[in-house]
Amino acid sequence: MKLLSALISGLVFGIGISISGMMDPAKVLNFFDIAGTWDPSLAFVMGGALVVTFFGYRIVLKRSKPMFGDYFHVPESKMIDRRLIGGSALFGVGWGIAGFCPGAAIPALGTGRWEVALFLAAAIAGFALRRIFAPAQKAAVS
Amino acid sequence: MVTVFTPISSFGGGLAIGLGAVLLMLSLGRILGATGILSGTIFAEDREELKWRAAMILGMIAAPILIFLFTGKMPDVNVPISPFMIVLGGVIVGFGASLGSGCTSGHGVCGLSRLSVRSLVAVPTFMATGVITLYIIRHVVGA
Repeated sequence: MKLLSALISGLVFGIGISISGMMDPAKVLNFFDIAGTWDPSLAFVMGGALVVTFFGYRIVLKRSKPMFGDYFHVPESKMIDRRLIGGSALFGVGWGIAGFCPGAAIPALGTGRWEVALFLAAAIAGFALRRIFAPAQKAAVS
Repeated sequence: MVTVFTPISSFGGGLAIGLGAVLLMLSLGRILGATGILSGTIFAEDREELKWRAAMILGMIAAPILIFLFTGKMPDVNVPISPFMIVLGGVIVGFGASLGSGCTSGHGVCGLSRLSVRSLVAVPTFMATGVITLYIIRHVVGA
């Protein structure tokens, strides 16, 4: 049941990404292009997702534990440090260059486009580089 | 290239993205963060952790294929940049998202909705550097 739940969650998420336009780098890059061919669509993606998670999480987290797990793995850290700010700043730079982010590129792999595979291979290389050059504390990736 | 403003399908897609995240929290008690799920699959430290993440990725990849089977059309993927820029952007995305502990899904969708202080810092940061980076590439360098 655990694996089936994960599969279904991934499928629903992926369908959302597919419909939303998030897996289209031309659209994502235009979202950033406020001074040019601006396309504000992606603000609506974020809006739609947040409406559901804002209320959905509140309902779900009232339970004592998840359906198929012992406890909710929710990050509690409030630490604002250089890793968070520097990492996020870099992530934005890369996103502004490529127009793909990991959550959009993984479902986009299903379209069979080589550009997506190239991007994901590069992103995985980026994960590896981070592990080599900035290992430090166990990175609590959310 | 100019793209068409799609508020309704984008909002609808967003609802499904949120639903996927809520389902994962309800069933497994996990945050839906694509960076953590992908890097946790590739650099797996624990077999049980690997299995649910791999299942999740499989579901994600199946989504556009399912849409193709029902509608006869794959979702649009227009890539207006060179392979070099894809690789450059990809490496920076991977390094940055991993260092900053999250990307658009983890910090953007899941973190903001929990009003996580870290996400409230991370999201405006990466949105701002995204806008600045694209401005430099398109309007200063003129690529």
